[in-house]
Amino acid sequence: MTEEKIGVYVCHCGTNIAGTVDVENVAKWAETALAHRGVVIGRDYKFMCSSLGQELVEQDIKELGLTRVVVAACSPHLHEKTFRTACKNAGLNPYMCELVSIREQVSWVHTDRAAATAKSKAMISGGVERVLHHEPLEPLRVPISPHTLVVGGGIAGIQAALEIADAGCHVYLVEREPSIGGHMAQFDKTFPTLDCSACILTPRMVEAGTHPNITLLTWAEVTRVDGYVGSFTVTVRQKARKVLTDLCTGCGICVEKCPKKVIDEVFEAGLGYRKAVYTPFPQAVPKYPVMDVENCTYFQKGTCRACEKFCPTGAIDFTQEDEYITIEVGNIILATGYDLFDARRIPQYGYGRLANVFTSLEFERMTNAAGPTDGNIVLRDGVTVPEVVGIVHCVGSRDLRYNNYCSSICCMQSLKFAHLVHERTGAIVYNFYIDMRTTAKAYDEFYQRVMEEGTHFIRGKVAEITDATYKPGEKGKLIIQVEDTLIGKQRRIPVDMVILSSALEPRADHKQTAHLFGLACSSDGWMIERHPKLDPVATVTEGIFIAGCVQGPKDIPASVAQGAAAAARVIGKIQQGEISLEPIKASVDQEKCSGCRICNNLCPFNAILFHEDRMVTEINPALCQGCGTCVAACPAGAISGTGFSNEQILGQIEGLLMLNVNPLQRVPA
Amino acid sequence: MSEQETFEPVIIGFTCNWCSYRAADMAGTARIKYPPNVRLIRLMCSGRLDPTFVLKAFSGGADGVLITGCHPGECHYIEQNYKMLRRYLLLKRVLGGMGIEPDRLKLVWASAAEGVRLANEITKLVEEIRALGPLNWPQWQMGNGHHAMEVSQPEEVTA
Repeated sequence: MTEEKIGVYVCHCGTNIAGTVDVENVAKWAETALAHRGVVIGRDYKFMCSSLGQELVEQDIKELGLTRVVVAACSPHLHEKTFRTACKNAGLNPYMCELVSIREQVSWVHTDRAAATAKSKAMISGGVERVLHHEPLEPLRVPISPHTLVVGGGIAGIQAALEIADAGCHVYLVEREPSIGGHMAQFDKTFPTLDCSACILTPRMVEAGTHPNITLLTWAEVTRVDGYVGSFTVTVRQKARKVLTDLCTGCGICVEKCPKKVIDEVFEAGLGYRKAVYTPFPQAVPKYPVMDVENCTYFQKGTCRACEKFCPTGAIDFTQEDEYITIEVGNIILATGYDLFDARRIPQYGYGRLANVFTSLEFERMTNAAGPTDGNIVLRDGVTVPEVVGIVHCVGSRDLRYNNYCSSICCMQSLKFAHLVHERTGAIVYNFYIDMRTTAKAYDEFYQRVMEEGTHFIRGKVAEITDATYKPGEKGKLIIQVEDTLIGKQRRIPVDMVILSSALEPRADHKQTAHLFGLACSSDGWMIERHPKLDPVATVTEGIFIAGCVQGPKDIPASVAQGAAAAARVIGKIQQGEISLEPIKASVDQEKCSGCRICNNLCPFNAILFHEDRMVTEINPALCQGCGTCVAACPAGAISGTGFSNEQILGQIEGLLMLNVNPLQRVPA
Repeated sequence: MSEQETFEPVIIGFTCNWCSYRAADMAGTARIKYPPNVRLIRLMCSGRLDPTFVLKAFSGGADGVLITGCHPGECHYIEQNYKMLRRYLLLKRVLGGMGIEPDRLKLVWASAAEGVRLANEITKLVEEIRALGPLNWPQWQMGNGHHAMEVSQPEEVTA
């Protein structure tokens, strides 16, 4: 019936597949029942992906002259490349191979052995019918631009940018805020070593700011991403600073003279003030201030211009407008970080209502020597030193009402707070925890140290924080109501100050970011990596990498490691010079094209162009992304899509429905 | 036991390479169970779904067809899932005209993270199709679509 010689290989995957599917039976069945479809050999093997398994395929291609190969194993997203390479090694075009996912789609999700075996057969039959219509293809080679875009100037983004820049490649580092530094710049101490955060961060910021290979774009946002790996075209909106950076010396006179004070909700977490023209903190990189138009007296009322008057270099420019910059890059690293959980969402904890309930970020600013209280730990009145402090863990994390996940840093952060309170005020400290999670290097030792310092640890989830006092000695205090699960009793603990270790949450605009860059985020909102263990910084979109908290909550060492890892991946890509892309593209048979133009409006990538003179449509393969929408839409069947052709899909449907097993059952078309 | 109770429908599912196929992978990795009645086909995008594919599946003996794609606004190819949505709505009407219950065709949005959701939707669909019973459209076709021809009890296409 067919001249083709197909080999079917069924993987046991140890017991992963063989535990639920009778793989020997399936392999034998394929060899006999599908013989009239060209199957000449059906084999099963313990681990098809092992080098011995691959050799099996290679050998059969050489000795039996196989023209097509079907491998029934795991998801093509894992091992398609492996078997394509095996085919290639044996001299067969790599695209003459089809993977059938009988692990993810059969053995792991079904329990009934007979049904799972039957489904595996149907899926292999689908794979055989599909592979019969495969065509030899050549991967497309595209050059990789040596430039890289890093989005987000926190520690992960800075690390990534520096690694790439040090390797001699050019980096654009885009940051939304006026300065790079991210959350780490807000902290005072870092656990568990208690390094001064600014002392270790600012040298890296300066390095990033002055590196000849880094172009810093702060107060800027990515608005559009076009293209694909190797050549992305990115549009960046450079927000108007209203300060001319080539004239500004960063002397800070404008900030000093600005009469308008605004509560700094971003850098000072609402605890301190900044001016309408400002740099978020003294060590900001770059040093140039930005003007907050919404709060500037001149923009709101039409008079003032004090900054302009006093600027010694005439750098203030009220007429400056937003600019759109277009950059060409080969790879993109996304390191956009996290937002802090809004503790107001838990009303019983009283944040926003009870003055002396603070969030973790507020407390970070409070302990920072450059912060609004000059590093003094005081109550909201700004002078009173607390005598008793309660620190609540897991605020908004590990809580089904808010976030299911563990925010990973809160235990260590709370221990750090306990230590700082102890050291600076001598106050009594209570930590309210559900479980202590101090898993990384030197973390548990720090926990022991804080315990030895005399911090009280109460295991239980805080029910309420209230100022409703009635017992003697409670007056003027905040009461923490908690069940101490280790002694099995309800407790009321009077404290002066409460610190809520709030959860890390995905950025409020994570959905827009994901859409902008063509990524997927989990239901929690963190960006999804290509593989949680083996490919943690790559994404499903080739050429776009993620690093730091955008991928999930993590501490500074982990963020730095990911930044460096993403950089290494990018450098590797740049070193290759070019990359091979899947040759999945649509093309028009101009003989068949009737010029109806139905497809013309379907392509969001403008890959379809219409020749008015000849009244036919053509597809630009460089722009085609291979979605296949035009293929499905063409009423004349003039458009064909490689890799997913009509013949392949229709064949697979027939195969899946086992219409090929007994030709007599075939329904007349 | 009546035949109705033992009826195991065959369902063809179309998945998008970027979301629902990965959701199926994820369901597998997480060992989430669903009935074995559905057989999935990978497309690069739900926009690739040619209505012919659905009709082909029904004519070939499928009792139900599942179309899956990225959530509206989350398409990997910007907006192609909306184009599939149009075809889906049209198909629903066409199927009705052909005497096929439109409920045999189902659309599910499933992101790459929604393995559990996809598994649940598949489980639900299998029960819905089971309640509708076998389609037996191939026999209808043989009778030019006007009357069900007298045919010997169809051999069930065992999977």
